[in-house]
Amino acid sequence: MSGLFSLHGELALVTGASRGIGRAIAEMLGQQGATVIGTATSEQGAAAITEYLTAAGIQGQGKVLDVASHESIDALLAALTKEYGGISILVNNAGITRDNLLMRMKDEEWESIINTNLTSIFRMSKACIRSMMKAKKGRIISISSVVGASGNPGQTNYAAAKAGLVGFSKSLAREVGSRNITVNVVAPGFIDTDMTRELSEDQRAAIFQNIPLARLGQAQEIAAAVVYLASPLGAYVTGETIHVNGGMYMA
Amino acid sequence: MSIEARVKAIVVEQLGVDESEVTNASSFIDDLGADSLDTVELVMALEEEFGTEIPDEEAEKITTVQAAIDYINAHQASA
Repeated sequence: MSGLFSLHGELALVTGASRGIGRAIAEMLGQQGATVIGTATSEQGAAAITEYLTAAGIQGQGKVLDVASHESIDALLAALTKEYGGISILVNNAGITRDNLLMRMKDEEWESIINTNLTSIFRMSKACIRSMMKAKKGRIISISSVVGASGNPGQTNYAAAKAGLVGFSKSLAREVGSRNITVNVVAPGFIDTDMTRELSEDQRAAIFQNIPLARLGQAQEIAAAVVYLASPLGAYVTGETIHVNGGMYMA
Repeated sequence: MSIEARVKAIVVEQLGVDESEVTNASSFIDDLGADSLDTVELVMALEEEFGTEIPDEEAEKITTVQAAIDYINAHQASA
């Protein structure tokens, strides 16, 4: 199978790759032959990325990036272009949560989510698309959330950002389709990560009642959807959202 | 090659039009069949050819062959 999904010769940039879903995506893209640049907000996180990539025999390295900062993005892209050339696969994965009920939500909680989870996707895509246009080839894949489609109390900010990137991706898909660039979204449900490991047994049982497959998803199961979209096999899919949520929400 | 000839060569290549169609007065969109994305790519190609960076607000004004030639003449040191 690996031949069909081969990413040899591709340069992938995965934001928020130090752990969880981002790490699984970085590793799986690398296993298919892509050179992978994974980003983290700290030097320590970037070093950890370099370490796991190297240990897996994957070309590439970890880099520090603050997706909320225009300057940070420009500096990284300039450095990468010099060292590696143009990015051919962009995976917008980095994201944060600042949950609160709307009536208690502060402007700062709203703005930080929109900036980090949505505006970052505009900035990253803009920074990478020039070289994709030139190459007449490219993949932009953004990680949304089931919450963007279903809604969730306490997450008006997060859900707005995660739904926003779907509209963004559909529009960009229409803009650049003629240049052989696809733009898609993967929307995970409840995935086994540091965040969900903190849930109590009762909380888990309640969640599983709403998931036909009755379990948490694995980060690798999100990465598999990303690899499909990034690979030659996914070439005819654009403007689409792939839901990977065990049936928790059926679009 | 003159700036005019280099600009026209890029227009021919980027827009896939015949050399004979490209006059100084030609509008990329109205006369040469370009869409808005083609004009963005055209500006990218001009930047590469002339080793210059064209700011977005200037790029939007480059709608004709003559406008491109004028811009390069005004901003190109190593022509």
